[in-house]
Amino acid sequence: MTSASMIGDIHTRLAPGEDILRVEDLSVEFPIKSTILRRKLGSVEAVAGISFDLHAGETLGLVGESGCGKSTTGLAVLRLIEHSGGSIIFRGHDLSKMKNSKMRPFRREMQIVLQDPQSSLDPRLTVRSIIAEPIRVHRLLDGKALRARVDELLELVGLRPAHGTRFPHEFSGGQQQRIGIARALALGPQLLVLDEPVSALDVSIQAQIVNLLERLQDELNLAYLFIAHDLSVVNHISDRIAVMYLGKIVEIGTSDELKSAPRHPYTRALLSAVPVPNPTRRGLGQRIVLEGDVPSPASPPSGCRFRTRCWKAQDVCATVEPVLEGNSTHTAACHFPEDA
Amino acid sequence: MVQAVRGVSWDIQPGEVLGIVGESGSGKSVSVSSILGLLPTPPAVISGGPVIFEGQNLLEMSERELRHIRGKKIAMIFQDPMTAFNPVKTIGHQIAEAIRVHDKSVSRSAARDRTIELLSMVDVPGPKARFSQYPHEYSGGMRQRAMIAMAIANKPSLLIADEPTTALDVTIQAQILELLEVVRKETDAATVLITHDLGVIAEVADRVVVMYAGKVVESTSVVALFQRPRHPYTLGLLGSLPRLEVRMDTLYSVPGQPPDMAHAPPGCAFASRCSLSRGRAECRNSVPELVKVGDSWSACHFLDEMELATQSVSEEIGLDIRIGKESQ
Repeated sequence: MTSASMIGDIHTRLAPGEDILRVEDLSVEFPIKSTILRRKLGSVEAVAGISFDLHAGETLGLVGESGCGKSTTGLAVLRLIEHSGGSIIFRGHDLSKMKNSKMRPFRREMQIVLQDPQSSLDPRLTVRSIIAEPIRVHRLLDGKALRARVDELLELVGLRPAHGTRFPHEFSGGQQQRIGIARALALGPQLLVLDEPVSALDVSIQAQIVNLLERLQDELNLAYLFIAHDLSVVNHISDRIAVMYLGKIVEIGTSDELKSAPRHPYTRALLSAVPVPNPTRRGLGQRIVLEGDVPSPASPPSGCRFRTRCWKAQDVCATVEPVLEGNSTHTAACHFPEDA
Repeated sequence: MVQAVRGVSWDIQPGEVLGIVGESGSGKSVSVSSILGLLPTPPAVISGGPVIFEGQNLLEMSERELRHIRGKKIAMIFQDPMTAFNPVKTIGHQIAEAIRVHDKSVSRSAARDRTIELLSMVDVPGPKARFSQYPHEYSGGMRQRAMIAMAIANKPSLLIADEPTTALDVTIQAQILELLEVVRKETDAATVLITHDLGVIAEVADRVVVMYAGKVVESTSVVALFQRPRHPYTLGLLGSLPRLEVRMDTLYSVPGQPPDMAHAPPGCAFASRCSLSRGRAECRNSVPELVKVGDSWSACHFLDEMELATQSVSEEIGLDIRIGKESQ
């Protein structure tokens, strides 16, 4: 296969439901360095061997609490940070050991939207230059065609072409996030990693952006890896959800399965902790309040990483690490799962 | 000049939890900071009032008099405990100091014992060892517990919690909300809870004040708020809330964004985003007063159209947002 035909191949759009991304046993390590001599003292495994797949046009939600490795996963999948093991297969091509120059055509297909729109937009560039930049870098369009493409993108995300001449600080948080989304769409990607895209926004603005993302997904057949800590938002937008705890996926399944029949104790605790916006049901739900805090990822517990906070933990949990088990759509990594 | 808070009134009884909701910039924090004299003046100018606490007007008090009230009778819990604590002093030292500042007769060792007692009351594990640790050695959830311990150290009659769980993960948030409930029961302090999260409001508040652009737009009991919103902004908030317990077709999206407070519109501040207003002149030209409707207070010119608007939002999102209706 010549490289030209390979590139043509990765840029054709997949039909909904086809495999777009397959992550196998991905792990990411960060070194711990001494403060003065920068000697390596050890390492933190932020992502400790996770696997999942994502289909075209689908949203996979990645939830977990701070420090569980969900954002690291998003960055590693796009190879924006280096991973230490495992493979990332995008449409049959293994990206994990690919050289940067070879990665370039793939980068067009996979883009990211970050949490804080203010710090992810260059304050000295106009909105038009921000959105045009990826197209310029990839030398896809220039002149009139570039202008027209930027106008089209602005309208796609609900802004006006006239907004292009302004600077990011002239916009509210919600509008800045729209600019970030327009930039991510500039190269016509098929996969977006959305890293807490609505967490910094107020509820009424959050709904605007969630609705926008859903509309764009339908119109452009985009696959989303939606990373967030807010289970209600993730549940609303996702087809499937993966729950992470301390660098591991502990449960993965369709949104309905996970919500109505969670099998991992951590998923149950997480679901029960979400405040219910209904004061007449106050105190009726069975709230599982977890003891203590998440252990340090630098020295994770042996066996099951959740066992130190789990009310079901037994001796075996300290010695044998549970693996994901279940049916074809719904799996959980627990020695004593809830009944399916 | 930005008028961040524009004539806000509310009251609270002992043992009650009053929730104040609104989006960023709606004036929820500013309205509360100003009553405690926590805003730097200048540049801030506080006009209006009074603010009556246990029969006294806080706004007329001298800084000296206020100091006897702040941290003693009225205590605050802030969103970010990392910045609220002094990083170079131990947690124990800071809580003990808060006790001794207000009661000089307490000896150092008595203050220490009381602090350890408080830390164990808020479930900080190993309170003796934790006494002499610095803020950075605590986890986020534990720091928030320590802050609550400090807030209740002098048995306040009013506790103001400004987004106390916003910076925390959901499982830790559940712990802290439970702790606040325990504290309220034990101290019978009135609690003002400022939050943007309607879920948190539903879990802990007795009454709710909804703020928009520096004004109270609705004030009611927590059940009434969720059962029958009386202001289109409240309706918008309820409709745009993603829910875990029920399936929704789509989220209701309130168009536009809050007004720039430096150029506040002359009429109703919500008019340009309102589904009821539809550009009517009343909304653009005159500011609606808070009026009593049923058991609620609402500031809207077209209150009588709320029922219809609630129905149409419910149809749009595929969920009857008036709680109680879906279970019947």
